[in-house]
Amino acid sequence: MARHRFGSTLASATAAAVSLVLVAGCSSGDDADKATTKDGKTVISMGLFGVMGYKESGLLDRYMKENPTIKIEADVAGDEQTYYTALQTHLAAGSGLKDIQGIEIGRAKELVDTQADKFMDLSKTEGIDHFLPWKLSQVTAKDGKLLGLGTDIGPMAVCYRKDLFEQAGLPTDREEVAKLWAGDWSKYVEAGRTFKQQSKNKKVSFMDASSGLFNAMIYGSEKQFYDEDGKLIYQDNPVVKDAWNLAVSASDAKLTAKLPQFQPGWDPGLANSTFASTVCPAWMLSHISEKAGPANKGKWDVAKAPKGANWGGAFLGVMDKSPVKEEAQKLVAWLTAPEQQAFIFEKLGNLPSSKTAIDLPAVQNAKSEYFSDAPIGQIFGEAAKEIPNKQVLGRKDGNIKDAFSQGLQLVDKGKSADEAWKTTDERIKKLTR
Amino acid sequence: MATSTPAAPTGGQPHPASAGPPGKGGAGGGSSRQSRRTLIHRLDLGAMPYGFIAPFFLIFGAFGLYPLLYTFWISLHRVELSTMHTREWRGLANFTDLLQDDLFWNALANTFTIGVISTVPQLLMALGLAHLLNYRLRGSVFFRVAALAPYATSIGAAALVFTMLFERDFGMVNWALGLVGVDSIDWSSEKWPAQFAISTIVIWRWTGYNALLYLASMQAIPRDLYEAAAIDGASRWQQFRTVTIPGISATIIFTIVLSTIGATQLFGEPLIFGQGPNGVSGGADNQYQTLGLLLYEEGWKNYQMGRASAIAWAMFLILILVFVLQRVIGRVTSRKS
Repeated sequence: MARHRFGSTLASATAAAVSLVLVAGCSSGDDADKATTKDGKTVISMGLFGVMGYKESGLLDRYMKENPTIKIEADVAGDEQTYYTALQTHLAAGSGLKDIQGIEIGRAKELVDTQADKFMDLSKTEGIDHFLPWKLSQVTAKDGKLLGLGTDIGPMAVCYRKDLFEQAGLPTDREEVAKLWAGDWSKYVEAGRTFKQQSKNKKVSFMDASSGLFNAMIYGSEKQFYDEDGKLIYQDNPVVKDAWNLAVSASDAKLTAKLPQFQPGWDPGLANSTFASTVCPAWMLSHISEKAGPANKGKWDVAKAPKGANWGGAFLGVMDKSPVKEEAQKLVAWLTAPEQQAFIFEKLGNLPSSKTAIDLPAVQNAKSEYFSDAPIGQIFGEAAKEIPNKQVLGRKDGNIKDAFSQGLQLVDKGKSADEAWKTTDERIKKLTR
Repeated sequence: MATSTPAAPTGGQPHPASAGPPGKGGAGGGSSRQSRRTLIHRLDLGAMPYGFIAPFFLIFGAFGLYPLLYTFWISLHRVELSTMHTREWRGLANFTDLLQDDLFWNALANTFTIGVISTVPQLLMALGLAHLLNYRLRGSVFFRVAALAPYATSIGAAALVFTMLFERDFGMVNWALGLVGVDSIDWSSEKWPAQFAISTIVIWRWTGYNALLYLASMQAIPRDLYEAAAIDGASRWQQFRTVTIPGISATIIFTIVLSTIGATQLFGEPLIFGQGPNGVSGGADNQYQTLGLLLYEEGWKNYQMGRASAIAWAMFLILILVFVLQRVIGRVTSRKS
């Protein structure tokens, strides 16, 4: 009897305990403890997004071969928005963070402003004097703390279709094409008007969407949406207003296919040749060649943009709480060293943020077979040097850029420019409130 | 564990107190050992059931109740995801702001319209489909499985395929329309076409599911009723109206409630339909932004957790309101009949 009773008491206690464990289970387990494998290797975890290329190009494997005591576990998220949301959540919770985290340029300022204490200061890392002057300043806090080392940058050019340009009686040689709009983006729109008039195929538009043009224009300036003190200036910044007006005029003249970059319809547009040109940062070339497909190989070419501008780029940061932060710091320095940046460029076309790397023959002599053997190393390398030496970032840069892109879509839909600006302005006020 | 209950007359030494209510137990007994045993026994009897049902309540408390209350607490503050520990008290300001926010009313209206144009045809089609499946026909198992197949497809896959079908320049829908001479429609950037396209995804996924629910309930209707109706000269349509529909009215109400909840939570289909920033804001003009998307935009794009929590609570209250309304209408109509 007693035994039986004890058994049932035990059963009820177990039931309660199991449920407690079930509930508590999610909070247990600390990532900081998992620093070594069974065979004594030091494990470094990385959180990356998009095509940063370290895993894809085999660089991580090479590092592990050269450093047999290190094991690298890289986790690559396809979509940056998803990646950053997870990073934010992990930062807020103080758990689940990798030793090394990628930082996209649009988020850099927000992290510098709100999360600097959670990152390791990389400013004392040896041999990091090879970067473009503005690159590291974008992730440097006011007190001089450096949150990350630079990976790639996004200098701009114009990618265009030789065959479609020829049909419309425009020049096809990349030097001459660049001359069409040298020095001023409004000449690019002018070329578009000529294209539209002379083109025999009315189904082909001159450019994909006016938002690409808008991006290229604003990112050629030191300041876009914020000033150095973090104050919103987009309403009065003439750069933004000019870019908006020119983009609107391109839209009004029906020069666009109304296909914003990376939105549905853009990829089929590339594959089916519905537009003749697109403003392209260096990292976009691999996307275009993949989506436009082998059928369009050799029809594409790259011409210099009217003005130097930078769209995109990223950094690698080390978390301060990481138990292997010295090793992680070493890895980050190695991955962003000139030779490795040049290697990634050769493999994937992500342009180095290292000045030394840009001048290496591997980059300078690089040509793209898909884009009619265009000397992309030279074109983008030169464009990189034209980028203003100061780049003021703001906390909500990424979201504000999206808001403007959507505002221009409203113009494409037939809303008046004033109305679309007003809507955009309201949205930005809301998201920065 | 009912086997432990017959242990009531403990140790063969009957004592009035041992069977009495807790509190008095052991007071009259001379042996303290005996009273401890009865105490353990009573605890055993009393606590064990709670122990067994505890997992549900603990899990519900941790993942249901606590988040609900915490969300409400957060909704009274201004707080950003990256700095959850610093909160600024706003009282009910997030809610009053919401009432003045055009985007909220826009999202509410969109949720309602998409809900209606997806739920109504969906349930009508399900009813028709169930009626057809209810006939004795060859290969009925195949048709039943086929009806359920769309439901088994993931939202993501279905939405991606439909997005391609409804693409402006090279989508199959516009191609088919072109064959009959209709100009191509810009499905994603115009309001009603976009809402219609999203509704088709919902309809496609859920029609078969509802049809099977109806079918199960139709099969419970006695065959005699149909035979009697047939003898009385009722046509198939009259049988459907006067026998089938009243017979499955409880299931119909159940599916309406389910669909209403589903429509209120509509999120994945429009998010994937738009893709990227346009998905989160439900189109460049917010033309198909639902409440779920608005919540996601505030919380996971703008990182304003206070405002996002307020929307979550607003959605919760709307669902309660719908539920109450449905009860009231149900009571009024049943009183009339």
